[in-house]
Amino acid sequence: MVETSGVLVDVAFWVCAAVAVGFGVLVFVVDSMARATYALALSFVATGGALLLMQQSYLGVIVVLMMVMEMAVMAVYMVMFMGMNPALMPMSMVHSHRWAIGAAATTFLLLGSGAVLVPWPVRRGAPAPDVTDALGRAIMESHMLVMMIVGPVMVATIVVGVVLSSARTRYDRLGDDLDQPAADPPQEVR
Amino acid sequence: MTELLQGVLVAAGIAAAVLALAWASSAALAVGAGRPAATALGDPLLEVCRLLRQRRRTTVSADVALWRLGGWGLLPVALLLGALVPWGEESLVPTSLGVVWANTLDVLVWALVWLLGWGANSVAGLVGGYRFLALALAYELPLMFALVAPAMAASSLDLAVIAGSQEGLWYAVWMPAAFVAYLLGVLGFAVRGPLSAPAGQETSGGVLAELSGPDLLVVRLGRHALLGAGAAVAVPLFLGGGSGPWLPDPMWVVVKALVLTASLAYLAGRLPVLRVPRLLEIGWVVVLPLVVLQDLVVAVVVVT
Repeated sequence: MVETSGVLVDVAFWVCAAVAVGFGVLVFVVDSMARATYALALSFVATGGALLLMQQSYLGVIVVLMMVMEMAVMAVYMVMFMGMNPALMPMSMVHSHRWAIGAAATTFLLLGSGAVLVPWPVRRGAPAPDVTDALGRAIMESHMLVMMIVGPVMVATIVVGVVLSSARTRYDRLGDDLDQPAADPPQEVR
Repeated sequence: MTELLQGVLVAAGIAAAVLALAWASSAALAVGAGRPAATALGDPLLEVCRLLRQRRRTTVSADVALWRLGGWGLLPVALLLGALVPWGEESLVPTSLGVVWANTLDVLVWALVWLLGWGANSVAGLVGGYRFLALALAYELPLMFALVAPAMAASSLDLAVIAGSQEGLWYAVWMPAAFVAYLLGVLGFAVRGPLSAPAGQETSGGVLAELSGPDLLVVRLGRHALLGAGAAVAVPLFLGGGSGPWLPDPMWVVVKALVLTASLAYLAGRLPVLRVPRLLEIGWVVVLPLVVLQDLVVAVVVVT
C-alpha cells in the first residue's frame, strides 16, 4: 500500500513538473497577452502542486494564492502598457530572439550542471514536525529584521510606481487635506 | 474499496449541499428583490430548463478557450470550498490549512471573472472584467485580515479546530468586524448585491453580457453556489461549526449555512449596487482599519 501510494506521488509530481514546463513554454508560443499571462499562472499553479507533493503544504498553497492574484493584476498591466486590442490583434510574445535564447540556454546549463555535478551534502538533522509552524517562527523571529526592512521597501515601491504613472491622484482631486469637493470624472483624460 | 465508496458518497453529499445552498441563494435574492416567494422557489428549475435549450450566441474573434475557462471554473471553485467545510467531524479533504485554502480558492475567482469578461471580446464584458479586479482589491484585503482573526483565536489554520474552539461563545459575537468583512468578501466573490457592479445592468450585464445557453447557466449557478459555499465556510469560522442542541452536528452545519446564505442573499437583493470607486474607498478607508483593529483586539485577548 505504501509503495503504490509512493509511486502515485512520483507520477503526480512528474505530471505537475511537465505541466509547469509545458505551460511555461506556451507563454512564449501563444499570441495574446491574456493567454500568455494565464499560461504563466497555470505554470505556477502546477509548481504549487509540486511543492504540495514535497509536503511543503503551506508554501504550495501560498504559491498558488499569490501567483493567481499576481497574474490577474499583471494581465491588466500587460494589456494597459501594450495597448493591445482584446483578442482582435494577435501579437508575438517574444523579442530579441537570439539574445534571449542564448541567455536562457546558458543560464539553464549553468544552473542545471550545478545541480547535477555538485556533490550534495548528506542531510543533517530532521525536518520540524510542523513545517508551517517552523516557517512562521523563522519569519517572525530570526528573520524578523529582514521582513521589517523588505515590507516598507515594497510598499514604497508600489506607492511610487502608482504616483509616477498616475496623472492625477486623489490629492489633486480632493486637495492636500482631502477636503475639497470631488472632481467628476475623477480622472482627467490627457 | 469501501473507503473509496464512502468518499464518493460524501463528495456527492457535499455537491448536493452546495447546490441546495445555491438554490436558497437564488430564491432569497429574488424575494429580496421583490418577487413572490412561491415563484422565486420555482424559478431556478424553469431557468435551468430554458437555458439548457437555448442556442449558443457567438461573438466575433472571441477568445473561446479563456472565455469558457472563466465561466465553467466558477462552479468547481464553489464545490471545492464546500469540500473544505467540516460538515461532520472533519472535511472531505483533511487539511490543516483550511483557512489558507479557502483564501486561495476565493482568489481564483479574480482570474475567472476577469477571463469571463475578457474572453467574449465585447465592450460590456471588458468593462465588467476590469470593474471586478478593482472591486476585488476593495474586498479582498479586508477579507484576508478578517480570516486572520478566528485563526489567531484558535491558534490553528484548521477549520475543524477553529469550529471546535468556539465553546460557549461564537467568534461572530466577539469578532463582529471580522465577520462583517468576511461576509462582504463573500458578496464580492459571488458578485452580488452592492458588489455586483461587474455584472451591472447599466453595462447590459457586464461580464455576463454575451453569455447564453449552458454557458450562462453555469455562471449563474456558479455565482449562487459561491455565495452559498462562502456562507458555509463562515459556519466553522464564525458560527461555532456543528455545535448546537438536539440535532446532530452535520445537520447544524447545514441549517446554519442555509440560514446565513438565505439572509445574505435576501440582503443582497434589498441593497442597491454601489459604484466601484465608492466601494474601494469604503473598503480601504473604513473596513480595512476596522478589521486590523479587530485583529489587534483578538491578539491581545489571546495573549492575556
